[in-house]
Amino acid sequence: MDIWAPLLLSLKVALWATGLNLLFGTAVAYGLSRWRSPIAELVDSLLTLPLVLPPTVLGYYLLVFLGRHGALGVWLDRWDISPVFTWQGAVIASTLVAFPMIQKAARAAFEDVDPHLESAARVLGLPEWSVFFRVSLPLAAKGITAGALLAFARALGEFGATLMIAGNLPGRTQTLSVAIYAAVQAGDDAGANTMVLVASITCVAALLLAGRLAPRHDKRPSER
Amino acid sequence: MSIDIAIHRVMKDAQRRFELDVSLRSDRRRIVLYGPSGAGKSLTLRAVAGLLKPDRGHIVVNERRLFDAAGKLNLPAQQRKVGYLFQDYALFPHLTVAQNVAFGVQRGMFNPRRHGQLPPSAARWLQSLELEPIAGNYPAQISGGQKQRVALARALAAEPDVLLLDEPFSALDPALKNRMRRELTLLQAQLDLQMLVITHDPADAEALGQHVFEMHEGRVRSESSVSV
Repeated sequence: MDIWAPLLLSLKVALWATGLNLLFGTAVAYGLSRWRSPIAELVDSLLTLPLVLPPTVLGYYLLVFLGRHGALGVWLDRWDISPVFTWQGAVIASTLVAFPMIQKAARAAFEDVDPHLESAARVLGLPEWSVFFRVSLPLAAKGITAGALLAFARALGEFGATLMIAGNLPGRTQTLSVAIYAAVQAGDDAGANTMVLVASITCVAALLLAGRLAPRHDKRPSER
Repeated sequence: MSIDIAIHRVMKDAQRRFELDVSLRSDRRRIVLYGPSGAGKSLTLRAVAGLLKPDRGHIVVNERRLFDAAGKLNLPAQQRKVGYLFQDYALFPHLTVAQNVAFGVQRGMFNPRRHGQLPPSAARWLQSLELEPIAGNYPAQISGGQKQRVALARALAAEPDVLLLDEPFSALDPALKNRMRRELTLLQAQLDLQMLVITHDPADAEALGQHVFEMHEGRVRSESSVSV
């Protein structure tokens, strides 16, 4: 059994999902970390849902939403776009599932940035965008990277939601975790063993790296 | 050259309500706000810097109107041209001493390069505050007195109209305190700097203040001016 096709597909999907989440997860996290309102907490909880919902439930929502008759699907259909049974569908599923990993880590990292430093930058004349790119983002970078590695590992292992929306088309939407399931179903133990090993090693490596990058809480005393 | 502040702001949270109602005017160069912690000194300083918006009143520094509730004027912190020395110095931990000092001179999207050419004003302040030997160090690697000089150089390199100092010596040990007080007074005289210092330490008020305002529970209780 060819393990390269599912492995490469999984890496492609996980990298896309991580990249998208770096963009959106970081932006949302920064927004939430500065938005002092109970609504921010509500939004945070809603965005954490993918972490606790059964992946199949999430996949079902995606089908309902993005399927040909779904709310967004109808609209996408006009441009002849249908994410169902495509690798892009798998990216959507993985992105959603892994989103809280980056969002949570990035929010904690942004909240850990001493507000005095941002004030100091403003008083020195820096426009808000520069304050973000020159102070907040570099100081939160470690935490965000740690979150990104967790998100990558999570996206790489995504199974339930991916199967629901992207299906199990060998060479097209069959990711590593789906291929493992298929191999076991087909009685291909050797194939399953190899793929399980590869998946395990990749995830352990990502976790180790994330652990090394996790912020240490020995820096400054809290404000006032 | 003068400072004219009259601001009002009510701060509320679940536990308490605090009313800041400060008015002070001075044409002296070294002005000190003196009082116990919780008197509203820091809030006043933050309001001058544009980090806190008063409910009403005005803030005028050297004839420049920074805030005027009646005229709906509230210059953002970025345009106020104030130098702010934070109590904990607020040095950027990810940048070297030289990058910290050049920080406000270069206002674009990127931090000053680590080994790049320094803007002239940053280079000048690094030199005159004797920071050249530690220019390549990070804030975590230098002493308290050095940190304060870096913070001072960073603020001055941006060429502010007024320098605000929040408990400038509270983090230093007693011997260093005296030395830095002398250094600061000397610097102020050399540059003819407009300074507004807040402190709870009577020795600071005595050493630095030409015009001392004593604050208590959000208000100025008394003022005393040293004759020239």
